[in-house]
Amino acid sequence: MLEKTGVPTPEQVKRAAPTEDRLKKGPVAVVECFQSIPCDPCQYACNQGAIKEFVDINDVPIIDHEECNGCGICISQCPGLAIFVIDATYSEDKGLVKVPHEYTPLPEKGEVVTGLDMAGNEACDAEVVKVQSAKSLDRTPVVWLAVPHDCLMKVRGFRRKGGAE
Amino acid sequence: MRCSREGVSLLRKTEIAVVGGGPAGLSAALTAVRQGANVTLVDRDPILGGQLVKQTHMFFGSKRQYAAIRGIDIPAELIAALEKEGGDRINMLLDTTVLGYYDDGSLLIEKDEQARVLYPERVIFATGAAEKMLPFPGNDLPGVYGAGAVQTLMNVYGIKPGNRVLMIGAGNIGLIVSYQLVQAGVEVAAIIEGAPKIGGYLVHASKIRRAGIPILTSHTIVEAKGAESVEGAVICKLDENWNSIPGTEQTLDVDVICLAVGLSPLTELVWQACCEQVYVPELGGYVPKRNERMQTSLPNIYVAGDVAGIEEASSAMICGKIAGLYAADDLGYSNNMEQLSAEFNRELNELRAGEAGAKIRQGLEKLSGGGRVC
Amino acid sequence: MRITEHPIIEFRRGNPVSFTFDGNPVTGYEGETIAAALHAAGVRVLSHSYKHKRPRGFFCAIGNCSSCLMKVNGVSNVRICITPVKEGDLVEMQQGRGELVAQD
Repeated sequence: MLEKTGVPTPEQVKRAAPTEDRLKKGPVAVVECFQSIPCDPCQYACNQGAIKEFVDINDVPIIDHEECNGCGICISQCPGLAIFVIDATYSEDKGLVKVPHEYTPLPEKGEVVTGLDMAGNEACDAEVVKVQSAKSLDRTPVVWLAVPHDCLMKVRGFRRKGGAE
Repeated sequence: MRCSREGVSLLRKTEIAVVGGGPAGLSAALTAVRQGANVTLVDRDPILGGQLVKQTHMFFGSKRQYAAIRGIDIPAELIAALEKEGGDRINMLLDTTVLGYYDDGSLLIEKDEQARVLYPERVIFATGAAEKMLPFPGNDLPGVYGAGAVQTLMNVYGIKPGNRVLMIGAGNIGLIVSYQLVQAGVEVAAIIEGAPKIGGYLVHASKIRRAGIPILTSHTIVEAKGAESVEGAVICKLDENWNSIPGTEQTLDVDVICLAVGLSPLTELVWQACCEQVYVPELGGYVPKRNERMQTSLPNIYVAGDVAGIEEASSAMICGKIAGLYAADDLGYSNNMEQLSAEFNRELNELRAGEAGAKIRQGLEKLSGGGRVC
Repeated sequence: MRITEHPIIEFRRGNPVSFTFDGNPVTGYEGETIAAALHAAGVRVLSHSYKHKRPRGFFCAIGNCSSCLMKVNGVSNVRICITPVKEGDLVEMQQGRGELVAQD
């Protein structure tokens, strides 16, 4: 369980996942923040009003996937790096997972890296489609990974081939 | 150090002395000068910011309170505000150590091996905390470092503490420093935690697991190996009564053992001043009794930040504001008191309201019990 | 042991500074402490316990723990973790409790 291992349970992951219908409509954010802690920047990050206004700063964020347009601004605003964007419509056989990545060196566009799951285990190969590292992201670059569809709710990080994180 | 009479005879008056320029002290000083008081901020380091200068991660808390801003970027904002709004009402004494507090309310301070006396009308102690030690064979070997020391080496000086680290403690500090180690290109063999659950925020834990670092709860260290410095660590599993389970020992190939097993308030000056204190494990040990204005049992002394109980930097900053507000109020600088006090208290209560604040709330309740003086 | 690339921090090191540790030349940078410079140079043992002579190293890095007391330019018990390194410093491993030196 999460409190013992740091890895969300399959039930928690499922609860955070958008519906199949929503996934078919394009990119959408998944918020994998399951613990009540005093933290609220995500509600201010969202311009779409998809992340619901907090009643209490200790609220666990609630996102309305229907209102989310998958813009991804919230990814690098989350101090816990617990928000990702999933785009199941990227191609026939692949979808995108957009992950925050605060390690150096950053991968190159087109590079094939090893996608890692929530426990840091190898999940699949992933192709780096884009690396966002604008100044506005304040040193939390976002890396777009193309992965097989069945890995969209698995891959949450990556390792560069040849050792480096 | 030279303590010549000429040195000591250098006197200096100030309305409020703030001892410690970390998040709590900076916030206290800023609030007090904003209210109109004259403030002398004293810190033993050459740079202000306390432990903030090592915090490369984005802060949690309220967006109004620097959440999503990196700790390392906060001091500059506070210092700039202090300089701009404080004008000639703020005096910052860096590289200056407060050596003692005297019954007449004065502070003996030392700078450049010269002693001086500071006469403040009110004192705010924001001295922070020190790291706790853990008893195990070999814990005195070079290579066994406090988490703060690892952060200093790595995030202030840009030096790797070693090649492969065992982190002890899965509270926020253990989790964050592990993440920072990976960012610095250092391998973390594992994070071990005696308790059956991770104590820090689980989003930090998940971030570290994604990076491939194991977090082993119900595990402890048996011993550090090595002759001249750490060459390995033996760890084992604990049962539900915290007893080692024989046969579960494993040896990790590490050259650094990093201790993140909690903090204790740096209360030396508070003891010396004879403020009443209470032993509250939830707050890290002995902490000064104080009222809702952060005023101790001695009316001229206020406290804020970790010295008043171990908590997050976000709440330390608000406690600093409260201490600064009331210390200034006590001297007659009482602008907008009702509104500001309501605002600060609301923010503080919000931060402490949830599950994560349960321990602090329990600790604060115990503070109402009888205390002791030295 | 120095970090050359970091995702968050840009390290601005000062000018190189030469000093000696037990007679051996060491290079540090202006703005860093003696302890930091020694650590970067791979020196892990900074002192020995008085009674059992067990090795002692860097521990707190903020001048609290006394694990790093050394003799610097003839002065004993210098907390090298909070003492900036200077060109030409003579840093020595201290034996026992050190000696007091009259300065006046």
